[in-house]
Amino acid sequence: MHIKTKMIGAALTAALLAGTSVMASAETLRWARAGDSLTLDPHSQNEGPTHALAQQIYEPLISPDMEAKPIPALATEWSVKEGNPNVWVFKLREGVTFHEGQDFTAEDVVFSFNRAKLESSDMKELLVTITEVRAVDDYTVEMETEGPNPILPNNLTNLFIMDKGWAEENNVTEPAEFDDGEETYAVRNANGTGAFKLVSREPDTKTVLARNDDYWGIDEFPMEITEIIYTPIQNAATRVAALLSGEVDLIQDVPVEDLQRVADTDGLKVENAPQNRTIFFGINSGDDDLENDTVEGANPFADVRVRQAMNMAINREAIQQVVMRGQSAPTGVIIPPFVNGWNEELDRYPAADVEGAKALMAEAGYEDGFEVTLHCPNDRYINDEAICQAVVGMMGQIGITVNLVAQTKANHFPLISGKQTDFYLLGWGVPTFDSEYVFNFLVHSTTEDRGSWNGSRFSDPEVDAMIQSLGSEVDLEVRNQTIADIWQKVQDEVIYLPIHNQVLNWGMKENIDFAVQPEDQPHFKFLQFN
Amino acid sequence: MLAFIIRRVLQSVVVLLVVGLVAFSLFRFVGDPVDNLLGQERTIEDIDRVRSELGLDQPFPVQYFRFLQGVTQGNFGVSFRQGRPVADILAERAPATLELAAVSALFAIVLGITLGVYTAIRRDGWLSNFIMTSSLIGVSLPTFLIGILLIYVFAVELGWLPSFGRGETVQIGWWTTGLLTESGLKAIILPAITLGLYQMTLIMRLVRAEMLEVLRSDYVKFARARGLSQRSVYFRHALKNTLVPVITITGLQLGSIIAFAIITETVFQWPGVGLLFINSIQFVDIPVMASYLMLISVMFVVINLIVDLLYFAIDPRLSASRGGGH
Repeated sequence: MHIKTKMIGAALTAALLAGTSVMASAETLRWARAGDSLTLDPHSQNEGPTHALAQQIYEPLISPDMEAKPIPALATEWSVKEGNPNVWVFKLREGVTFHEGQDFTAEDVVFSFNRAKLESSDMKELLVTITEVRAVDDYTVEMETEGPNPILPNNLTNLFIMDKGWAEENNVTEPAEFDDGEETYAVRNANGTGAFKLVSREPDTKTVLARNDDYWGIDEFPMEITEIIYTPIQNAATRVAALLSGEVDLIQDVPVEDLQRVADTDGLKVENAPQNRTIFFGINSGDDDLENDTVEGANPFADVRVRQAMNMAINREAIQQVVMRGQSAPTGVIIPPFVNGWNEELDRYPAADVEGAKALMAEAGYEDGFEVTLHCPNDRYINDEAICQAVVGMMGQIGITVNLVAQTKANHFPLISGKQTDFYLLGWGVPTFDSEYVFNFLVHSTTEDRGSWNGSRFSDPEVDAMIQSLGSEVDLEVRNQTIADIWQKVQDEVIYLPIHNQVLNWGMKENIDFAVQPEDQPHFKFLQFN
Repeated sequence: MLAFIIRRVLQSVVVLLVVGLVAFSLFRFVGDPVDNLLGQERTIEDIDRVRSELGLDQPFPVQYFRFLQGVTQGNFGVSFRQGRPVADILAERAPATLELAAVSALFAIVLGITLGVYTAIRRDGWLSNFIMTSSLIGVSLPTFLIGILLIYVFAVELGWLPSFGRGETVQIGWWTTGLLTESGLKAIILPAITLGLYQMTLIMRLVRAEMLEVLRSDYVKFARARGLSQRSVYFRHALKNTLVPVITITGLQLGSIIAFAIITETVFQWPGVGLLFINSIQFVDIPVMASYLMLISVMFVVINLIVDLLYFAIDPRLSASRGGGH
């Protein structure tokens, strides 16, 4: 009933809109991707498709653009407070209203940040350093952090602002908890300040958005779309068929096997861009003995020569050509190019050299090789299982017999967090575009709040101290030097075996002018028809 | 007959409890939902907190018991994936699956019986042979391949029918139907054929075999000798006597049509419970998986019961022998 009333409302709105002459023409965009947003509650899931939909309806203070560079959204300018490096000051945009008409003020920002910091929020990890958010006046907000936090703004690009009054009225002042037993209003309803308004929502089936004609940026962005119909289509073949048959206009997640097909079809094209995600192997170098190998009483991975040998044995170009059909960028470091700390030197990967690798293995005393188990997901990254199969063969060439265990992501990832695997595949994106994020999760020793994904068991108090210093170093030059030093250590120790950066492919109608966003997050206010 | 029903219902409850127990013991192997729930930025502390919040740190018999406790109070729990009560989600999704199942069952029965009778009567006609041969495709090709083929031909190449979804739906009370709109009717054709093709072939072959059997029997010869019209012989005498096994199979197949709609729904992005189940497995959404499995087993049990009762109605000999006591 609820949905129906909304649909009638939408029909009326559409009729009214059609009556006015504001619009030159009505342009509907039918958009499909593999997964649906999990919830419209902007703080209860920190997940790609969920944020991608929320970005159309809600807005953060600072928004990523189509190149994932931060641009002003609800904040117009921001800076560290003079005289106090622990405080960031945000000037808010004036004259912005929410879709239901409420005015946007500093109080909404304070409310939203406090909501996102609650226990039941999935966004709280990005805000741990914030101790207080306060409104100075209606359009100025100050955020106080534990120590100086030079990259705080980078953490805010998916931190959406809700209206305080709306949240209180609808009893959604907290993000939904898993054991609440009830659905909260914010799960299927939304009231943001974004370029599109929610018209109707059927989870996993169809979501309809309409252009927000009162949007503050209506003259600043192309804003050519009047209506978005978003349908998740899980099956890859069906998704491609829907594009080929003209039932949808734009799809994300084009499978690599079908790229040529789509590109060759009249009226369709494929756009691509390097994705913010690096695929790599983790190896347990920290433990004294391994559970999943045949070497008794010792850990062969603890020897840096073995790790170097493995790194040299991997033929990244072959993986790119054969497994990925050219759709990947081989790399020698576990961050993509747009992340602060990346440079070409780091990105250079060793040429495949089986003889050299064998020599190193012999030097380390493993000329006869050993057996080890490799854990791999089979439904998470592009061709993940096939990458692992290729690597099994490459390891075999230097005497390491690999038993491959490929399984669903829900079984795979707990092995890494539970430290139950010694050799595994993992992919990692860097939403903050700064190396510190990678270090915190993948390089720092595992403690209560850091190193939760460090399956390499690498642990070095000196490196840990360097990583911690990044959080509060205000001198950017010193900070970047520390980042470079940590990378040097990571590379020298061969803690991880980088493979490649994924490439994103979006298939679309030829008359659409839209670049692929590295976070796989379309911002439809930028889309143009030609 | 009442005693029979009561006995069957009691048996059914035991079956359901066992299904639930097996399901819960298997959920451990599906994976850990915590990673899906928390995303990339979780800490070890978060994992422990959520696990105990959801009761995932308990052994599976305890989890099962809690689930049963909820169910007896009409509470199926909250979906981990969507954050909404499972009962609401299932109620929202059920109409799509039930409509699809009903249409494909109708397709299978009508076409299956018609073709079955036809191929039995015109045993050696070229059309019969063609139907029999091509029906092999129906039984031998896997569902997802048939679905993809149909999409390729009718949606991509010919552009006649939609490749995914349910089209426009109309809301009647809590039920949504796609059968009242043009786009809804168009959308159901391909999935219904995909889902019903195997059943249609099965029914057709069964009807044909039974018909051939019956047509050789004495009473059909007598009926012919009495000078009854062909039509009357075939449809009043012969067909009616083939129906007992056909009903059994159709009944059981109706259950599997609903249960195996999973694959068809995934291929066509049909927003029913099967697609929901697949999504839930990938996410390890235990409350939804458990409720779905229980629901499907309830359905099978009920269908079996109905089929048994139908025997009484169709075949008077059964009720006579039961009535005679054991």
